[in-house]
Amino acid sequence: MNNDTIANILLTTILPGNFVLAMFLGMCPFLGVSQKLSTAVPMGIATAFVILVASVSAYFLNLLLVHFHLEFLSVITFITVIACAVQLVEMFVKKTFPELFRQLGIYLPLITTNCAVLGVALFQTARNYNFMQSLAYSIGGGIGFTLALILMAGLREKLQLANVPTLVQGAALSIMLGGLLSLSFMGFAGIGGGE
Amino acid sequence: MSAPKNFDEFMDGLWKQNPIFVMVLGMCPTLAVTVSAVNSISMGLATTFVLAASCLLVSLLRHAIPKQVRIASYIVIIATFVTVVDYAIAAISLDLYEALGAYIKLIVANCVLLGRAEAHAARNPPIPATLNAFGMGLGFTLGLLMIGGVREILGAGKFFGFSLFSDHFQPWVVMVLPPGGFFVLGAWLIVFAAFKHASNKRNAGLQGVSS
Repeated sequence: MNNDTIANILLTTILPGNFVLAMFLGMCPFLGVSQKLSTAVPMGIATAFVILVASVSAYFLNLLLVHFHLEFLSVITFITVIACAVQLVEMFVKKTFPELFRQLGIYLPLITTNCAVLGVALFQTARNYNFMQSLAYSIGGGIGFTLALILMAGLREKLQLANVPTLVQGAALSIMLGGLLSLSFMGFAGIGGGE
Repeated sequence: MSAPKNFDEFMDGLWKQNPIFVMVLGMCPTLAVTVSAVNSISMGLATTFVLAASCLLVSLLRHAIPKQVRIASYIVIIATFVTVVDYAIAAISLDLYEALGAYIKLIVANCVLLGRAEAHAARNPPIPATLNAFGMGLGFTLGLLMIGGVREILGAGKFFGFSLFSDHFQPWVVMVLPPGGFFVLGAWLIVFAAFKHASNKRNAGLQGVSS
């Protein structure tokens, strides 16, 4: 059993242990969908929702797997559950916000292969979190992911007006920006009392 | 399939479509585990094995898998091989297993794997599919090593665990922390962009002369 308090876990996953900027989970959407604020926000929320669903189902699945001594199946079962959850979100978005569905494009089904989602399921199992702790971990993780995505989109919107040398344009620029964001998030180290 | 064609498939993955520097895929392990050269190589080889094995299987089963459930089937195939690798690494070296942590299991969520299965293995016979996957995996390993090597040298003053400098060396600690991963990868991308720019210029110049 892990002794981290709920507040501790929440704060740590949002700021100093941010999924994207400190643990490098979910880099693909972070680089791919962060051009505009208008797509970054719904993408962040959709991912946060999938993370929450995945975390809750992974918690109960893990209880089941441990009970039957089938821990080696964890990766396969987790990813299948996540794929189903993503399918659900995809159908919901397609039905209710068709315009948004078109904008998010390939990145919506790609939430399945978002490391952040599988990462939450695996890390909470590895750290022996109980149910409330897992819940705090996944909510904090979702908020942290959305926050990073929004900050990045804001920066990139501003950058469109800047005169950037041709060599640095594209992926290199976004990755350098990510580095600067990551550096500034390190300044929060110690918040939450962990590490 | 002739031999040169197969060699092309292999080189395509290794260099021309290098997953890290050209396609910018699979960023999570690229940035997370590259704090040292040893970690990078092991992660790269583990990914190569999963990639080659799952592409072979996907390619063999390409007529048997119905189109509607293909993504789910690919993911389950990939997850199976990842579990194999996970347990193999735990059996070979427990230190390495702890250093890489959950990132071995996270190979499942590496976009390179699903991308290859969907874009190449599902449309090609087993031999070229496997060769392409193998090249892709080695290209990925090369990319990881290039990032991991630089980070280890700058951040710890070591290469593969051997000290390179005297005791007075002040390690550039930020390089082994998360931001260092972003900076080194960004720097490599700029270097590659510069090379590409230079060679484009040269080609344009040659064409100008010949015409």
